[in-house]
Amino acid sequence: MAQTETLALDKPRSPRRPAARRSNFELYSWTFMRVSGLLLVVLVLGHLFIMNILDGGVHRINFAFVAGRWSSPFWQTWDLLMLWLAQLHGGNGLRTIIDDYARRDSTRFWLKMLLYVSMAVILVLGTLVIFTFDPDIPAS
Amino acid sequence: MTAVAENAHDTSQIPAPEGSVTITVKILRFNPELDTEPHWESYDVPALPTDRVLNLLFNIKNYVDGTLAFRRSCAHGICGSDAMQINGINRLACKVLVKDLLAKDGKRTTVTVAPIKGLPTMKDLYVDMEPFFEAYRAVKPYLIAYGNEPTRERIQSQADRERFDDTTKCILCAACTSSCPVYWADGSYFGPAAIVNAHRFIFDSRDEGSEERLDILNDAEGVWRCRTTFNCTDACPRGIQVTKAIQEVKRALLFKRV
Repeated sequence: MAQTETLALDKPRSPRRPAARRSNFELYSWTFMRVSGLLLVVLVLGHLFIMNILDGGVHRINFAFVAGRWSSPFWQTWDLLMLWLAQLHGGNGLRTIIDDYARRDSTRFWLKMLLYVSMAVILVLGTLVIFTFDPDIPAS
Repeated sequence: MTAVAENAHDTSQIPAPEGSVTITVKILRFNPELDTEPHWESYDVPALPTDRVLNLLFNIKNYVDGTLAFRRSCAHGICGSDAMQINGINRLACKVLVKDLLAKDGKRTTVTVAPIKGLPTMKDLYVDMEPFFEAYRAVKPYLIAYGNEPTRERIQSQADRERFDDTTKCILCAACTSSCPVYWADGSYFGPAAIVNAHRFIFDSRDEGSEERLDILNDAEGVWRCRTTFNCTDACPRGIQVTKAIQEVKRALLFKRV
């Protein structure tokens, strides 16, 4: 009988910790943040340099300039890569912040939904524009 | 509550030995039976440069207000009972000397003392440590070995012992975990102390439970929550390189190699 009592008193006030989910998601997202961060340093700084400093900088940017860049697959790939990496990198960072600071489960859920929807909209729209961009828009 | 009319405390009963200076000790007091939230109270106390903050607290408790509540056991930096926020930094009250807190140029010294953050304050300076110990127990901080027990002791080379030497020093004072901003915001994060104690066994050549522990720490509330702010390393009274230990656990997970 004494034995059952000791068992009942095991960890008397201990809060419950949910069982581990046994998934590598957090590992992959952590690794992604490091790798994408490194790539973004090159992509974003290169982008800012070309857009704002090189050859007269921001003053030469107009429709023709953008059209000229996007006629080359190199700049298409550059911008596509930058779009996806920046969206996912920033989105994943915000996801972590929401996980940290949202106190109620419903707040956390809706903030994340807002985040994921906005990420999806920007990714789809951006990708669509990069691939279907037509420099010959008829002047209306 | 920010603006609080502070009662003047009669501290004249505290013995003032020769060479002592009067300093102000501001303590974040909380009595769960009377207060709805914590408030600051100041005590002007005589202090020798060689006094520890713990001495000041004891003088206040013994001569001014016996209801002041705080933990201490050994009072020599070994048991890890008296971790508190001293001047905004987590320290053991028994290891901080007054001479290191004295203001320059003979200005009046104020020392603030508050309970460690992130754990529920029960009264004044002592907190409920149960969430902290729950995380500690969850990483299985004991030797796991399979197969027949050896007839002699489990032998280990000096190099193998050296591998986890740093993390054997932990005294479970919670100074690191309660200095971690991720732990403040998200109490279900394991926290630095639990990871340090997992590290102690993960990298022990005699232990065979590394995989179990790595699995536990691979969870959403595990090592990946760490943002390497180094607060834990700064806070550790034993000088453990806490953030480094956490990074080593991350590396072990990343490369599937201990």
